[in-house]
Amino acid sequence: MKYKITRKEALNLEDFLVEVEAPLVAKKFKPGQFLILRIHEKGERIPLTITDCDPKKGLVSMIIKAVGKTTSELSKLDKGDLLTDIVGPLGNPSKIEKFGTVVCVGGGTGIACLYPIVKALKAHGNHVVTIIGARSKDKLVWEDEIKEICDELIVTTDDGSYGYKGVVTKPLEKILKSKAVDKVIAIGPMIMMKFVAKTTEPHGVKTVVSLNTIMIDGTGMCGGCRVFIDGKMKFTCIDGPEFDGHKVNFDELMNRLSMFKGKEKQAMKHYERGTK
Amino acid sequence: MVDIGGTRVTMREQPVRERIKNFHSVPFGYDEKEVVAEAQRCIMCMHAPCEIYCPVRLKIKAMIRKIAERKFKEAFLIAKEDNPIPAITGRVCPQEDQCEGVCPLAETENGVNIGKLEAFIADWAMKKGITEEFYIEERTEKVAVIGSGPAGISCAVDLRKFGYQVTMFEALHEAGGVLQYGIPAFRLPKDIVDYELSYLKKIGVDIQLNNIIGQNIRFSELRENFDAIFIGTGAGAPLFIGIEGEELNGVYSANEFLIRVNLMKAYDFPEHDTPIVCGDEVGVIGAGNVAMDAARCALRLNAKKVYILYRRTKRESPARDEEVQHALEEGIIFKELISPTRMLGNEKGWVTGIELAKMRLGELDKSGRPRPIKIEDSEFTMKLDTVVEALGSRPNRLFLDQSPELERNKWGVLVVDENLNTNIRGVFAGGDAISGGATVILALGEGRKAAKSIHKYLSKGDGK
Ligand SMILES: Cc1cc2nc3c(=O)[nH]c(=O)nc-3n(C[C@H](O)[C@H](O)[C@H](O)COP(=O)(O)OP(=O)(O)OC[C@H]3O[C@@H](n4cnc5c(N)ncnc54)[C@H](O)[C@@H]3O)c2cc1C
Ligand SMILES: Cc1cc2nc3c(=O)[nH]c(=O)nc-3n(C[C@H](O)[C@H](O)[C@H](O)COP(=O)(O)OP(=O)(O)OC[C@H]3O[C@@H](n4cnc5c(N)ncnc54)[C@H](O)[C@@H]3O)c2cc1C
Ligand code: SF4
Ligand code: SF4
Ligand code: FES
Repeated sequence: MKYKITRKEALNLEDFLVEVEAPLVAKKFKPGQFLILRIHEKGERIPLTITDCDPKKGLVSMIIKAVGKTTSELSKLDKGDLLTDIVGPLGNPSKIEKFGTVVCVGGGTGIACLYPIVKALKAHGNHVVTIIGARSKDKLVWEDEIKEICDELIVTTDDGSYGYKGVVTKPLEKILKSKAVDKVIAIGPMIMMKFVAKTTEPHGVKTVVSLNTIMIDGTGMCGGCRVFIDGKMKFTCIDGPEFDGHKVNFDELMNRLSMFKGKEKQAMKHYERGTK
Repeated sequence: MVDIGGTRVTMREQPVRERIKNFHSVPFGYDEKEVVAEAQRCIMCMHAPCEIYCPVRLKIKAMIRKIAERKFKEAFLIAKEDNPIPAITGRVCPQEDQCEGVCPLAETENGVNIGKLEAFIADWAMKKGITEEFYIEERTEKVAVIGSGPAGISCAVDLRKFGYQVTMFEALHEAGGVLQYGIPAFRLPKDIVDYELSYLKKIGVDIQLNNIIGQNIRFSELRENFDAIFIGTGAGAPLFIGIEGEELNGVYSANEFLIRVNLMKAYDFPEHDTPIVCGDEVGVIGAGNVAMDAARCALRLNAKKVYILYRRTKRESPARDEEVQHALEEGIIFKELISPTRMLGNEKGWVTGIELAKMRLGELDKSGRPRPIKIEDSEFTMKLDTVVEALGSRPNRLFLDQSPELERNKWGVLVVDENLNTNIRGVFAGGDAISGGATVILALGEGRKAAKSIHKYLSKGDGK
């Protein structure tokens, strides 16, 4: 069985949306879950968060940042192209209930990953404040989609080209000081999640982060996605991907993400040579 | 001339210097002349101890007789009656503890090389395109097989022979279980595994890849949609020692190391996309088949020195004799009577070495092997840049957590009765899922046994 791409859209120079026909995945998807795909027979298995889903039509979409060989190759595919493998939904769904006031923090491509979670939080009657940040205006994704579903939206850019100038933790700190927040959910680069957790800790606000470790099988068989939570080994794919941000050792994780850096560069070079 | 008894016909192998640079099969396999000569060594024992010690009771004597008469097709069909994958078992069974080990010829020389005979006839049949012919009388009942390892394969084949509609679910993108992702191609060439799986499709097993039962499809849904279920999910979750430094880069579970190499073909990077980082000095913790496989893969990934770090001695290694011998020939260094206490790393978060404590052997434990005892204050360190932990594995929590209705012990091993029936009516289990980790042939035997129980259950409404 192959999986057909039904929509492909560039969102900016790096980020793009891919929608595929995967009825079984669409039927079972819950916010917070991801899938693993392989483009072709020689491809790597890569995990991607499901950002939107149409169970009736059997469609799921992902928003992807082209960072290396596989995501770049994926960015070149188009409507009608076929993907060799998709397995999902994987991971545990986000815990969604009525918490009260929830601040959702998204960075980079992580903004899109927040989308289904914000939607579900709203459906459960929460007051949702969303802070989204990017390096610059042209790197911001899914602002309008998020804006439509949350109560308040704050946008930041590192270079000040749009919204507030600075990083997401600045407005977060301000909110934490000015009102009662029941929960914070952060999805984005490890470094962003690290500082979000650091910001909320003194305020004692429960903070959930979604970890994007390196994965292979996504079924608990390789241990490559291991993280240590309170000193206990957990596998991100089956115990996560969401964990208590105050218990995660981000430095350790950022280091593990760099394990294959040299090889990744080599893969990218090999790929670029082949496509020229 | 017929040479009864005599010395074993030598197996031709790739020379060491060449084979450590590739992933092709180490043994070349017998040719027709050699296989006949080896078969003629058999003294046709009256009670054929070899058969008694084969877990699936293969009719070894009859098979050997046909090989000695050059009737390879007949030999193949005899083997197939009891064993759906002789090309595989012939290569991976621990023969020295089973069929060959009890052969009287083993007392003075080597037993008849039954494994290699079995592999020969299966390879021969594959090349000639000869398969077993049987007529399937179709039945309407549907059976789900979870997992496509040896247990699932043998169960599915027999269920089809009984006429059931069989759907096999596999979590990964390729079927075969450990045969596919664990055992490296230099021991078990992947075209052989693929051929056996294509046979499954040919006889009408519907193989559904990328389907994780308990995650994408609930176990309860399966129970509603199928008349019976076989669980052959194996024991694929890796164990870690639990010492300081396991978060370091360069530390792998044997599963990750082997999945990258075998399933994802990282040895062919960047032609295949999945990378692996393997350093110059590699330490593999453990000394079973999994450890040997990881060590020999590391060597083929250009490691300069590969160590097996074992708390007992070579003699107690649970690996197949052939694997230990091949590993030693290839230059793998055995470090015996040591146990890791800590992994050492640098400021960049990469592993740089390991601290080990010396051990001595004590009394025999439950497994019949001497218990290793730590010698106090004997710690020393060793320089390494890659560490692979091959400490064994456990049934995967993913499936178990989402099917709490199934009875299991504290290690997650499913509890079954003598018919391989779990505590739930119509749900059977076998292989590593009920043993916690054993062998291909035991998994295969249990798959077959479960198929019989399922047949009995569905045709008479027996079971619980
Ligand atoms: C649960 C989860 C959800 C994710 N969701 C998204 C998403 O919605 N959108 C998105 O753009 N990205 C997402 N990612 C990250 C995405 O999987 C990686 O960007 C992708 O694998 C990179 O592959 P590559 O070959 O293009 O790049 P490479 O050159 O191989 O790697 C670039 C960087 O990506 C990371 N990476 C590499 N291999 C893997 C791997 N097998 N698994 C995870 N990370 C890896 C490493 O940090 C690496 O340095 C998610 C990751 C996880 C674990
Ligand atoms: C590296 C290695 C080397 C070995 N060498 C030897 C050897 O030389 N000789 C020997 O006899 N034995 C050997 N063994 C042991 C032998 O391979 C196993 O005992 C045997 O494969 C067990 O078979 P099984 O069918 O029970 O499980 P497995 O082969 O483990 O297959 C189980 C399958 O089920 C799938 N699965 C798991 N959960 C789910 C789910 N929820 N939904 C769908 N699918 C699922 C898995 O992905 C897997 O493909 C070795 C094992 C390893 C790891
Ligand atoms: S199946 Fe294994 S134990 Fe049985 S005869 Fe063949 S090699 Fe020997
Ligand atoms: S035990 Fe050895 S000699 Fe006897 S029948 Fe079996 S293979 Fe032949
Ligand atoms: S990705 Fe392999 S155990 Fe999580």
